[in-house]
Amino acid sequence: MSFAVEETVPGRRGIGRALLADPMGLAGLVLVVVFLLMALLAPWIAPYDPIALDVKAKFQPPSAAHWAGTDHLGRDLLSRIIWGARLALGIAITSVGIAGAIGLVLGLIAGYGPRWLDSILVLIFDSMSSLPMIFFALAVITVLGPGTTTLIIVIVLVSFPAYARLIRTQTLALSGADFILAERAMGAGAGRIIFCHLLPNVVGPLVILICMDIPVVIMLEAGLSYLNLGVKPPSPSWGNILSEGYNALRQAPHVVVVAGVPLVLATLGFTFLGEGLRDVLDPRGAGRRWG
Amino acid sequence: MLAYAIRRMGLSLLILIVVMVAMYGMVFLVPGDPASLALGPRATPELKEALRERMGLDQPILTQIAYFFGNVLRGDLGVDVWSKRPVLEQILEVFPNTLILGVVALGWALVMGIVLGCAAVVWRDTWADRLLGVLSVSVISVPSFVVAIYALIVFAVWLNWLPAIGAGEAGDFWSQVRALILPAFAVGIGWVGYLARLIRASMLEVMEAPHIRTARAFGMRERDIVFRHALRVAIVPTISILAVGFGSILSSAVFVESVFSRPGIGTLITGAVEKRNYPVVMGTVLFMTGFYLLVVTAADLLIARLDPRVRDVLRG
Amino acid sequence: MSVLSVEGLSVSYRVLGGRLQAVRDVTLAVGRGEVLGIMGESGCGKSTLAAAMIGLLPQGAEVAAGAIRLNGTDMLRLSGEEKRRLRGQRIAMVFQDPMTAFNPVLTIGRQLADFAGAHGGVKGAAEIAGMLERVGIPDPGRCLRRYPHELSGGMRQRVAIAAALLVRPDVLIADEPTTALDVTMEAQIIHLLRDLRSSFDGAIVVVTHHLGVIAELCDRVAVMYAGEVVEEAGVDALFRDPRHPYTRALLSCDPAVVMPGSGHLPTIGGRIPDLMALPAGCAFAARCGMAEAGCAAPVPRHQEAGRSVLCHRSAA
Repeated sequence: MSFAVEETVPGRRGIGRALLADPMGLAGLVLVVVFLLMALLAPWIAPYDPIALDVKAKFQPPSAAHWAGTDHLGRDLLSRIIWGARLALGIAITSVGIAGAIGLVLGLIAGYGPRWLDSILVLIFDSMSSLPMIFFALAVITVLGPGTTTLIIVIVLVSFPAYARLIRTQTLALSGADFILAERAMGAGAGRIIFCHLLPNVVGPLVILICMDIPVVIMLEAGLSYLNLGVKPPSPSWGNILSEGYNALRQAPHVVVVAGVPLVLATLGFTFLGEGLRDVLDPRGAGRRWG
Repeated sequence: MLAYAIRRMGLSLLILIVVMVAMYGMVFLVPGDPASLALGPRATPELKEALRERMGLDQPILTQIAYFFGNVLRGDLGVDVWSKRPVLEQILEVFPNTLILGVVALGWALVMGIVLGCAAVVWRDTWADRLLGVLSVSVISVPSFVVAIYALIVFAVWLNWLPAIGAGEAGDFWSQVRALILPAFAVGIGWVGYLARLIRASMLEVMEAPHIRTARAFGMRERDIVFRHALRVAIVPTISILAVGFGSILSSAVFVESVFSRPGIGTLITGAVEKRNYPVVMGTVLFMTGFYLLVVTAADLLIARLDPRVRDVLRG
Repeated sequence: MSVLSVEGLSVSYRVLGGRLQAVRDVTLAVGRGEVLGIMGESGCGKSTLAAAMIGLLPQGAEVAAGAIRLNGTDMLRLSGEEKRRLRGQRIAMVFQDPMTAFNPVLTIGRQLADFAGAHGGVKGAAEIAGMLERVGIPDPGRCLRRYPHELSGGMRQRVAIAAALLVRPDVLIADEPTTALDVTMEAQIIHLLRDLRSSFDGAIVVVTHHLGVIAELCDRVAVMYAGEVVEEAGVDALFRDPRHPYTRALLSCDPAVVMPGSGHLPTIGGRIPDLMALPAGCAFAARCGMAEAGCAAPVPRHQEAGRSVLCHRSAA
């Protein structure tokens, strides 16, 4: 014997409230807001110029003047970290935005277009996602040469196949739905069906997937910059700060210790927020803390 | 079963060919001459020409591709532009290091992940379960190279318990083991969380199944039900994710090898990317893609062996 | 003395917006060598009652009042661990769906050994095979090496019965043992259970909505409606002379007794009442052809030799 327990999807106000009631989601939200503010307000809140050299003051441990200390060129680490947030979030949001748009278009084409085109696109998506991410990224960097633009292209290339696959699956599922068939029977054109019916229904899951991808992208940017294959110095990427700190590990361990903190907190924040959002938005998963 | 294996391998081969064409095509899609890019702006025209010839760039593109495929089939991945050593030789020299790192990392992550995932199921909905949940999400999201750097500072620099760099002395087993501990910890830690989570979710689903109720109705101990009956069912979907995840283990290994200056595929390819050493980069990417596809295919075949239902569907 | 007795048991489920009363003030008893049938439509509370008898109520279920005595001990007062010791030792269960009742990735032999050995007493393969032979499985040795999906539904139900008998319980509960089977299999399983009755010295409780199963197997029947036992009597007395209007309606709906050529299947009009807002009086009154104003008052239980009826008009 089974009893259907009533399930309700929380409304827009309910999402916020449910998220605030969940300690992990709340912690994630706070961290994400802090990093967003750091990114937006960097020019005003950073105490120093992030690339101004002051070689006399190099390798200073944290102090009242330099809360996070200074690096091998005497640059203020706190300022570099704050500007680093702007760089990390800027690159992450730009690249997943572009990847999302490409994934959306190709996914709709694969899902709604002719069968042969679908097969070709799926083979391409599968091939691209069957490459271990890092090797694919490194191959692209070799060809294009390291730099911020390359980094964005790399992130777009490694992320869009997953988005396209998701959109394709959703589109295929929806295309068979009664209301779409009814529209078709009434003679609606492909354009009308795609823009009025498919698009609004497939965007939601895509946005959730993209949000959950942001920490991965931040990690990839920092990692490649750490290998000196991403953002070029002297730009204050968190990866660059880490790499410079690593080189001075024994002289001034505070640099590398401090540089790891924003990276850990940012990835934690975005992941916690993503988990919290998913729990709230997916009522079947609700209550199963980490199902 | 055999037909399935052949079909599955055929698909992998097709993907590998697409990847090869894409890799090779990419070089020509980009504006600019790979030879001059590799040598930098100050290279003389003679030097560039010599390099172009060495890379085979003076041939028509179709000839190059045909040549490339032919060579790959013969196991020749090209020759290093700088050291003139065969690429395959360099890869095979360092690959065991990376493989050991990946396998050991995945191994300890799997053991810990299963234990913690099952523990969370046994203690479900208690504070211990919730704590394990938060810890899992946390270790999943922290980048492995940051873990590597912190581990290096604490255990190699401050405490001086373990070596900071290298892969240990050749022939000295214990020094190799000691050099492996920190990298394997850094690469595997995220997977402990991921697997614990995966096993827990998979187990909870299995624990709802009627056959678990049967086991309970016969008075089996909850511990025996979890480890002897539910785990066998829950592990099957985990294997395919594990195989796909081996790709991300390799990605972590690239960064972590760099942190510990550990000779391996990661240090080989990052060095080559910096010098724009095309043959080494392309060869390594191709090799690792092939290896990865092999692992994924093998996992699919293993699942077919472990789950008698799948096995029979394939046989029938 | 009865082996298993249920005394004034009430079970409710906490659901959104209130409390759903699944079992209300049920009193039943079954002695050694006796077969008790519990009959009713789906949703009448018979499965909840069966789950309570074996101490495996689902989450969210609450026992509001009553006792379930197994050999005199109230199971509801035992700890989880103490209940586990009784399950699979003193009491065993055969489940409704033989398709899902076994673990898909373990062999039949392994599962039977685990079930039978859950309380330490390890059973040899010979003894297990002997039991399989007794329930009519050809080539038991081969069966032990097979996986559940390789057996037919009827074979699996035979295995399930063998598993339950193997532990020599005092009470065997069969929850809809034939519902998931087709008609020929159903007949075979009924025959098997009837044959086993003679050699089994414990008590059997059969939960079913199938009149044929009741008629073939049971000594006494309890008819449930909306969580209550509305009528309890010896099987012959009940079929010959049903006293409760609901029992009469049920018997007249059985396709096997409908007059050939009458051209229609009778049904009971209306729906079962809302279990979250039950009337104070007779729960069946709204659907009862004999209902009158007095039926809205709380119903007294009429007891007479060997039977009890829960109806204002049972004397009429």
